[in-house]
This record gives sequence, structure tokens and C-alpha cells, in this order.
Amino acid sequence: MDILRFITAGSVDDGKSTLIGRLLYDSKNIMVDQLEAIEKQTKNRAEGDIDLALLTDGLRAEREQGITIDVAYKYFTTPKRKFIIADAPGHIQYTRNMVTGASNSDLIIILIDARNGVAEQTRRHSIIASLLNMPQVIVAVNKMDLVDYSQDVYNNIVIEYAKLARALGLNEVTYIPISALKGDNIVERSAEFQWYEGQSLLHLLENVEVEKVINLDKARFPVQYVIRPQTEALHDYRGYAGKIISGIYRKGDAITVLPSGATSRIKAIETDGGRPVDEAFATQSIVLHLEEDIDVSRGDVIVLNNDLPQTAQELEVLLCWMDSKPLIPGNKYLLQINSTSVRSVVKEIAYRMDVNSLEKNYAPAQAELNDIVKVVIKTALPVVYDSYKDLRVNGGAILIDETSNVTVGACMIQ
Amino acid sequence: MNNYHLDYLDELESESIHIFREVAGQFEKPALLFSGGKDSITLVHLALKAFRPGKFPFPLVHIDTGHNFPEALQFRDHLAEQIGEKLIVRHVEDTIKAKRLTEQKGKFASRNQLQTYTLLDTIEEFGFDVCIGGARRDEEKARAKERIFSVRDEFGQWDPKRQRPELWNTYNGKIHKGENVRAFPISNWTELDVWNYIRREKIELPSIYFAHDREVLEYEGQYVAISDFIRIDETDIIVQKKVRYRTVGDMTCTAAVASNASTIEDIISEIIATKTSERGETRIDDKVSEAAMEDRKKNGYF
Ligand SMILES: Nc1nc2c(ncn2[C@@H]2O[C@H](COP(=O)(O)OP(=O)(O)OP(=O)(O)O)[C@@H](O)[C@H]2O)c(=O)[nH]1
Ligand SMILES: [Mg+2]
Repeated sequence: MDILRFITAGSVDDGKSTLIGRLLYDSKNIMVDQLEAIEKQTKNRAEGDIDLALLTDGLRAEREQGITIDVAYKYFTTPKRKFIIADAPGHIQYTRNMVTGASNSDLIIILIDARNGVAEQTRRHSIIASLLNMPQVIVAVNKMDLVDYSQDVYNNIVIEYAKLARALGLNEVTYIPISALKGDNIVERSAEFQWYEGQSLLHLLENVEVEKVINLDKARFPVQYVIRPQTEALHDYRGYAGKIISGIYRKGDAITVLPSGATSRIKAIETDGGRPVDEAFATQSIVLHLEEDIDVSRGDVIVLNNDLPQTAQELEVLLCWMDSKPLIPGNKYLLQINSTSVRSVVKEIAYRMDVNSLEKNYAPAQAELNDIVKVVIKTALPVVYDSYKDLRVNGGAILIDETSNVTVGACMIQ
Repeated sequence: MNNYHLDYLDELESESIHIFREVAGQFEKPALLFSGGKDSITLVHLALKAFRPGKFPFPLVHIDTGHNFPEALQFRDHLAEQIGEKLIVRHVEDTIKAKRLTEQKGKFASRNQLQTYTLLDTIEEFGFDVCIGGARRDEEKARAKERIFSVRDEFGQWDPKRQRPELWNTYNGKIHKGENVRAFPISNWTELDVWNYIRREKIELPSIYFAHDREVLEYEGQYVAISDFIRIDETDIIVQKKVRYRTVGDMTCTAAVASNASTIEDIISEIIATKTSERGETRIDDKVSEAAMEDRKKNGYF
């Protein structure tokens, strides 16, 4: 069985949390005590029906305000797949939390309120989906019950969104009309949509072929930790522990350690805390041993010689800015990519993207919270990376403000 | 499908090992909070995979409330000895005496809240900058919101409105002096994943996870073990029942479930069939209020 990680996104109140509640409810994945708890909560708020959004809106503040503030993770399994769901907030103020949930997803469901069509947050989330190179997009036109299940309303939104998708280069887009509140087209196809020929949402989720982010050609192994027992029996044991983020490694393979450029061969591979194997592949966590005694430490990347990543000190980056303090050219941050962190400075902001027109505003003085900008970053030491578009797992980095220690930027290296 | 494909348990396992090694790589003084329950036993198993043949770069730390199941304590000592790792135990009892804390009163008076004091003191005593815990996001709705690296302030408090963004598998472990991080390697595992993994890896568990005869008192539909730590009233009906524990916490606030399951296979079948959530069925401490867990976390709880 495999795992599909997906996220629900879209504008405030478009029904993301309700959709997840409905999906779990109709597929019988809510436990009785949890259901009782949300029934009780709903009554407190005197709203009649049970409010399925309460299943994910678990924080006090969220329940009080009836909005989602931070991502909630939910889990369910059908005979076909195991699902890890991230329920993102729609509110612009919490976009950073949406980015958090989206960064680990294979698929995004973008909800659109049938009455409102494509809103600014729909665009922002779609831009983020395209920046993050989301392999699959489902556009769910929700609240169809409020527009008499009208095919025209649905078609117009599909046409409107298709334009946006084209402009953003989102290729794999599937459309579906739903009512999260009534449960139409969620687990079963609904009779309300005589004109809709596709499958239910759950059916789509169970069957979508997600071109997994795992790449087996480019071998990348960031060293996280060096295991050196230094006991008498294991005096010379020196193992490089990490996770293969992409590719396949075999005993005897010729390797290069980056950024130093030192070369060697793989002497042994271990999994399971010391069990030797002949080969290992993404995304296994393993321990590597090298023939030569060369200098390797945390943050180095061990790669196979046939397909080397980039090594550079100047990076072109598409950046989501996630801090309330603005980003001003010349500011210094810590840049962390996989297990490496290096000092860096944002040299210039090339442009800022206008979320509504998708136009580029060149050379802005600064970037504000939730802005999407292209920047040039210079690092104190060489960084080993791939272009995010080619290899997502080795092309994403975060910026950390060293005075607050907060993660302030999500970088997609170009 | 090619041969280079990971099953979902392998994928979860590798994600957890990766988190363990990030903790080891980023922090000076980690600790693994060990409760004796199945989730922390699973954590230990994952740590063996992450660091063997080396030693753990952290001790196991147990905050002993004094209300533990004797079987869980025995198992704790047995496991620590078997793997040859350091175990630090600190007692809530001592904190209560030293700090003159007031104990809860009532039938099932619990030390669950007081645990936090001992935990924070222990963190300070050893200067731990990160505590690894076995919380899972499927357990409870506040946990469903927590990051894998969850930053706590000087008082151990979680501020759910100010969580840092956490992107891809890149974990930001930078903190100011006095703050610390709670790291949760099995965040993305469900209860059933843990049980399936225990079966696959043949992980040993304390005997109370399996069906056994026990004197219990039936209270609002839940079975609570008879012990010195609860108040038994005259009206209470004490019965002999075949039960097992689905979670292992304090004797005062963990309820047993009626069961005949004597093997892991039996337990897994029961869990697949159950209609009640893990905490809903077994935790008396969550029923205090709607936001009991969120409030405890805000006060420094795991
Ligand atoms: N009529 C109708 N109402 C809906 C539907 N889906 C959601 N709603 C209602 O829309 C409101 C907002 O729903 P939520 O699920 O909380 O919206 P959300 O997108 O999660 O909101 P944020 O997370 O705060 O951005 C609630 O009152 C829902 O009951 C639908 O299909 N039809
Ligand atoms: Mg919501």
C-alpha cells in the first residue's frame, strides 16, 4: 500500500475543513467519541446540523472564530491507499501555514465557492502550488447546493480557472463539482449532478497516479550525522548516517563528497541499525561507509559521479516571504537546505509578483509578508543543490532570521 | 511498479529515523522522554535503527508520577538494561515535596498536571535543549496541529498561534537560550501504524497490553484498575474482568478495555474493528474539557 499526502486549499470559508470532515464522515473514518464531541460543540453554537469543520478546527481560537488558523493533519485509510491530509487555513494572514502543509503534499485540492468564483486567495494558493511544483491539482467547485447545482455556474468557473492554470503552468488539473455540506460527489457520485460525467472525489484520490517526487536517477545523500562508536570492538567504525533523498546507491559505486569534491567508493551500506545490504534507494534511511578515510561531516552531500548537482555561492531563488518584518535587500539570514546551514545575504529583489495580474513588478524596495518574489542570495560557503523544478528534494531551502530564530522564507532555487 | 518502492511502514520508519538524526545533528543536549508505553517503546526501536552500532546521543528520561503501572516500570528498567542505554528517572513525588505543590483531590486524583513541573525542572537540571516525544497527530485535535519540531518558551509553553513554518523535511532547530524544542518523530503515524509496526518488527511490549485478569471498578462505562491511588467508595462495584490496555499512562487516569486479545494479531483485529478512538476509550484526563490537551500543552506538557 502507498501513501498519498494531500492538502486542501483555497479562500476563506470556501469549505476546506467541512470537506475533510465530510470525507472522513462519509467514508466512516470518524470514531463515535469524536463525533459525539463535535455534535456537542455544534449544539453549543446553536447551528442545527453537525459542523463537520470542527473535526479539524481543533484549537480553541479556531472554534471560537469559526476559522482555521493552522494546518491540521488527519489520517485515513481505504483498501486502496493510506492518506495523510493537511487542512490549510484560507485566511491570508496564515498563508505561511498553508505553505507548510503544501510543501509535503503530492496533491492539492483547491476549493472554490461556486457563488464567488476565483478569489484572490484562490490565486495566491494556486501560485504557491505552482511554485512548489505540486504534481497534481484538483479544483473542487464547492457549495454547488447554493447555486442549484447549475452546470453553467460550474462551467464558467472551470473556464476562469483554466486560464489561471495555463498562466501558472499547472498542467495536471482535474475539475469536480461538489457540496461539502451535503456530501454531494464526495464519497459517492451524486444524483444532483446529472450533467457531471466524472468520478467522486474519493474515487479520484484513490486512483490518481501521483508521479511521486522520488527520483531514482540523481543520487543525493545528505549526511546528517556521523556514527563513531569508538569502542574497542568497533574502533575504526565510521558510518555516515542519512536519508537517500533521491537515487540508488550500490556497494562499489564511485562517489564524490560535495562541496569538497573529495572522491572515494562505497565500501558498505547498512540499514536497520547495522544490517549490511548491497544497495539502497530513495527514501531509505541508511548508513554509508567509504573506502578512503576522507573528511566527511554533517551537511556534506555524497553523490554518484554520473550526475552531479550544482555547487554555487550565488543562488537565484523564488521566495515566499513569511515574516511580518519586511525583507530588505542586504538583510542577512541563515539558509538551511536539507542538513546544511550557511550564512547568507539577500543581495537584490529582482521582482515581486502581483497576485492578481500575475505581472512582475521589477526591483521593489522590499518584500512584505506573503509576497512572492524573485531574489538573488549570496552564501558564505558553497551550497550543493539542484534546481527545484528538476529535483524538489534538493532544491528547497528555508531562510532563518538569526535574531528571532524564526523561519521567514521558503526558497525554491532556480 | 519497479522494485524500488517503499511500503508505507518503511516510508514512515525512514521519516522518523531522519527526524531522530536531525535532532542528534542539530542539538547539543537531547533527551528521549520515555513513558513505558507502546509509542515510546516504538521510539526506542527507531532510535536503535537510527544510531546503532553507536550509542544513543541522548539518555532516556522518565518522569515518574508515582502512579505508574508496576509492569510498565519493570519493563522500562528491563529495556534500558537490555539496550545498554542510560536511564534518568525523576519523581513527581519529590517535586511535590520540594515545591509544596498541591495535589488534585477526588476519586481519580491525577498527577498529570504536576508532571509538567518535574519535566521542566529536569530539563533545567540537565540543560536539555530538545526533548524527543512519542506524540502522534492522530491522537488528539490539538496534537493534530503541532509541528514536528515544536518550539517551547522558557516555561515550556506551546503557543499554537505562533508556530514556525515547517517546510519539506527541513527542520529549524534554532532556539534562544532557555527555550527548548519538543521533537516528535512519529507525528505522522496512526495508532494502527504503530501496532502494525510492532507486529512487523516483533517489538516486545509490557504484559498489560495483552488481555489479562484484573480487578477493576466500572466507572461511567470505563474500567479503572484497583490501586492505592484511587479512592474506592462504598457504592463502587468491583469486578474481576479480562482486560487489556490500549494506552499506558497513570493508573489513575488510564482505563482498560474489555478484551480477550492475547496476541498482537488479536489486538490489531480489535483495533481495526473499534468504533472508539484511543484516547476517547482510555483516557480519563481528556474529558475534563473540550480543550484539555491544548491547555496542558500551553502549560508546558509534552
Ligand atoms: N451551503 C454550503 N455551505 C458550505 C459548504 N461547504 C462549507 N459550507 C459552509 O461554509 C462555512 C465555512 O466552512 P469551512 O469548512 O469552515 O471553511 P474553510 O474553507 O475551512 O475556512 P478557513 O479554513 O477558515 O479558510 C461553514 O459555515 C460551512 O458550513 C457547502 O458545500 N454548501
Ligand atoms: Mg478551515
